[in-house]
Amino acid sequence: MSGDGVRGIVAGHGTFAVGIISAVEQITGRGAMLLPVSNSGLCLDDIQETLARAVDTSGARIVFTDLPAGSCTMAVRRMIRARPGMALVTGINLSLLLDFVMQDDADPIAAVQTALDRGRASMAIHGA
Amino acid sequence: MPVALYRIDDRLIHGQVVVGWGQPLGLQFIVLVDDEVAVSEWEQELYRMGVPPEMAVYFHSVAEAASVLATYQQDPRPGLLLVGDIGTMDRLVAAADGKIRRVNVGGVHHSPGRTARLRYVFLTLAEEEGLRAIARRGVDVSAQDVPGARAVPLDELLVSTPTD
Repeated sequence: MSGDGVRGIVAGHGTFAVGIISAVEQITGRGAMLLPVSNSGLCLDDIQETLARAVDTSGARIVFTDLPAGSCTMAVRRMIRARPGMALVTGINLSLLLDFVMQDDADPIAAVQTALDRGRASMAIHGA
Repeated sequence: MPVALYRIDDRLIHGQVVVGWGQPLGLQFIVLVDDEVAVSEWEQELYRMGVPPEMAVYFHSVAEAASVLATYQQDPRPGLLLVGDIGTMDRLVAAADGKIRRVNVGGVHHSPGRTARLRYVFLTLAEEEGLRAIARRGVDVSAQDVPGARAVPLDELLVSTPTD
């Protein structure tokens, strides 16, 4: 586990990151493995700076974002260009994060691959 | 259909543009006007990957955009023109010679030296003057981050504080 136990950063609009991490904490007690970042009130340069600081201080190699077209996603894609070994996962959901934090003995990059499958599979429509 | 929105947004292509405006307006193309992005293949690819496959993105410098603006305005598809700062829009409006009649201030976020005007608009004195200069060219300037929000006219914007 990296640094102070943070294995991934969650970045998104408004209080998305804080909210989804609170759900991870409620379900697993492992919310501290994820560090929240919000783009609220920040220009693109400040988003990039905030994310870079979060990566540097936590040692996390995975960044999860809410929206493929979002400003956090754009900022992370710029950042990982200069940081080999990092990965970005966009369009995340709670199932994906739950699976990720439960794999705390696996390499984060490997863990995110299986978590991605779990997240995709969790979306379904019932009825109608 | 003429270009539906001429927007100043320092995040350029992001969620508010692609989803917030893109879906209600049925946007089928974005014209991104930025002198640096216009010469960077990598930056262009970055922005292209941020939009759905059915939405085209075109990149131009200010000079190029001014010369081809009429073509986009005659395009039957709904489109949006986007710049990252007030100075770029001021130069484009001047070069477009009356072809731009309305400008949307969508996002100019906090940085040192800027004063908060709205939750999503922070301006230096020079930027305030830049917006006035755009308006003096006969352009209707207002601030509005998302379609459901009230459009704040320039005169009101320049005396606003986020608590207003």
